[in-house]
Amino acid sequence: MNATPGLRRWIGPAAGAALALLALYLVTAVYAAGEFLLAGTILVIVGLAAWVYTSQRLYAYRYLFPGIAAVVIFVVFPILYTVALSFSNYSSRHLLTYERARQYFLDETYQSEGESYQFTLYGDGREYRARLEDEDGQKAFVTPALALSRSEPLRVEAQPEPAGGLGIVNPVELKEVIRLQPQLRALTIALPDGTELRMTGLRRFGPVAHLYREGEGHTLVNQQTGEVLRPNFETGFFERPSAEAVPPGFQVRIGWDHYLRVFTDEAFRQPFLRIFGWTVTFAALTVFFAASLGMLLAVLLSWEALRFRGLYQTLLFLPYAVPGFISILVFKGLFNNNFGEINLILDALFGIKPAWFSDPFLAKVMILIVNTWLGYPYMMVVCMGLIKAIPADLYEASAVAGAGPLTNFFRITMPLVLKPLTPLLIAAFAFNFNNFVLINLLTNGRPDFLDTKIPAGTTDILVSYTYRIAFEDSGQNFGLAAAISTVIFAMVALLSWINLRATRITKEEGR
Amino acid sequence: MAIVLDKSHRWRVFAAHAFLVALVCLITFPFLMILSISLRPGNFASGSLIPDQISLEHWKLALGISYQDADGRLVQPPFPVLKWLWNSVKVATLSAVLILLLSTTAAYAFARMKFRGKSQALSALMMIQMFPAVLALVAIYAIFDRIGNVFPLFGIDSHASLLLAYAGGIGLHVWTIKGYFDTIPAEIEEAAKVDGASPWQAFRLVLLPMAVPILLVVFLLAFIGAIIEYPVASVLLNEEGKLTLAVGSRLFLYEQRYLWGDFAAAAILSGLPITVVFILAQKWMVSGLTAGGLKG
Repeated sequence: MNATPGLRRWIGPAAGAALALLALYLVTAVYAAGEFLLAGTILVIVGLAAWVYTSQRLYAYRYLFPGIAAVVIFVVFPILYTVALSFSNYSSRHLLTYERARQYFLDETYQSEGESYQFTLYGDGREYRARLEDEDGQKAFVTPALALSRSEPLRVEAQPEPAGGLGIVNPVELKEVIRLQPQLRALTIALPDGTELRMTGLRRFGPVAHLYREGEGHTLVNQQTGEVLRPNFETGFFERPSAEAVPPGFQVRIGWDHYLRVFTDEAFRQPFLRIFGWTVTFAALTVFFAASLGMLLAVLLSWEALRFRGLYQTLLFLPYAVPGFISILVFKGLFNNNFGEINLILDALFGIKPAWFSDPFLAKVMILIVNTWLGYPYMMVVCMGLIKAIPADLYEASAVAGAGPLTNFFRITMPLVLKPLTPLLIAAFAFNFNNFVLINLLTNGRPDFLDTKIPAGTTDILVSYTYRIAFEDSGQNFGLAAAISTVIFAMVALLSWINLRATRITKEEGR
Repeated sequence: MAIVLDKSHRWRVFAAHAFLVALVCLITFPFLMILSISLRPGNFASGSLIPDQISLEHWKLALGISYQDADGRLVQPPFPVLKWLWNSVKVATLSAVLILLLSTTAAYAFARMKFRGKSQALSALMMIQMFPAVLALVAIYAIFDRIGNVFPLFGIDSHASLLLAYAGGIGLHVWTIKGYFDTIPAEIEEAAKVDGASPWQAFRLVLLPMAVPILLVVFLLAFIGAIIEYPVASVLLNEEGKLTLAVGSRLFLYEQRYLWGDFAAAAILSGLPITVVFILAQKWMVSGLTAGGLKG
């Protein structure tokens, strides 16, 4: 046992060194894969970690480092990245970086002259082998084992088939070939004479040649037609001499274009302003209704003359306990125009069937109803806590003066509760300003405006609108979505600043 | 209080009861309705609150069992609900553990150590937490898409990337735990240090065992938070088998394919455990949150 303490002293540093080496290997691998930014980020993190965990002076940061690093990488960095993206044309038409777009063109192939081969795939243990046979069955080639499960493009050299065949006889079914098609498409088979073959059909491999070669400057030359493509760093496309764009485009900086569009382009500004208006209305009304109902219930449930208060409180708290995504979807079903229970009941009682999902006004009403339902229990609990803190002698004094319950509420309860409640109301407003889950699951922004260029809905709030531009619209305009996100960031920052001030004021007055 | 109870008082008590009972009926209506729908045959809503005919077909489908309908056809489960539930529980448990590890150590440093920029870092954590992840969705998507080009394990459609994305949300938890640590006298650890304990030993062997209640609370909060998280999961996960419950359950209610009854059973199956956990944890959470919030 004597050796143990000495050994122990070495375990830590040795493990650290091994980890550092592993991390450096990772950085190199990432860098080699062409992701410079990612490699740089990992390198900085690893460097910082090494510094923090070796320096005695930074002892406190050893405990902080993992947490702070997580916040910076997964919260702060995405925020900054969003801002950066808002100045680019990143979208489904400009998905790739310049280098990758260029590489895409250079990887493009066309079927050149020459013989094509019949292709069969054989299972060989967990790997595959391909067999190629020419048209008249004279020559046949086989490849070594293909690691088709790996994701990178593969290049293998085929050998003439040994006399007596391959020795394996179980060709893979067509179904399996179809499943492996993406990997097979990336496969290049070189014959002994140097011809390169690539997949030209499910059962065929044919000789192919690269469509483009690098020309002078940054140009690409089409080998088939001799046409020259020139990258345009203004539009983010490779262009023909006629200035016609050839997809895929690449990402370029476009400056303030998205912001200009949001704020000045009429076709864009109009829905943006309408959506902004509804976002504010929605958040304000939700907070108002939820807080009013919550406060009313809190007052009632704090009334000592009332029995079963505990039972009422538990039942009334239920909407807060059920996961939001379930309640929202439940309401989506209950409000359904044709076979939702709410309309069935309304139909039976009053003979009406409101079109909750297709009428813009009713859709908004429905959203407010659901959100009040979801939001009041929290307000109720908070208000009950605040009411408990009000000294009872205030009410005794008012009872002596002969005041009724209404006077009590408006002169004593409300003013005393409202002040500490203000920061919470602002926080609730900020939360609902970004209440994406509710809108996305309940109406998904629909019914849509009929007069806008970009699909926008009458019940969309800013975040759900952004989400639609980024992930649902066919254009997938990530850059534009990032610009709108940035605008909302600024608003949230403003709100939280106001909230901070409000909190400070109530704290100072409370002292 | 010596207040004379007059007639209007009794009337007011009655009115209050009537109002509360009406409201409770309104609140419980959706829950009873969804229970009734899950037991009714067919995927349409026609029928009374108390079903005339009880059928367990939706429950069978939700549990992944196929059944034979009246015409003798075999009805397959429309979605892998149990798989989604498992995905949710897996991601939520792991991310809660991760969040707990990250926030406990950070909170220890904030509560017990002196270093430069401490108060600024604490307020920065609070401020950053106010920016919802929804706003950075594009960036989160882009980042994981690019990471996935190099490490497929951390790309789109992987649970590992979801875990990482959730790990950043520790700000509030750091505050909560720090608030609790502040209520534990530092002298206890100092005594341990006098006896020769290193800061790490003082933290792990002395402070942590005393903080178990708040650690449970934070674990639960993080767990529930991850189970009900929708936006980030909806962007990072596409494949049907990889979805979490929050993302998957909306697939039941597409206009063209409206599986109302199946949804009801799936919703109860998956929502009930979370709701029970939430209600059971309610008392602790409120006390834990106020303990952390007020003394922070």
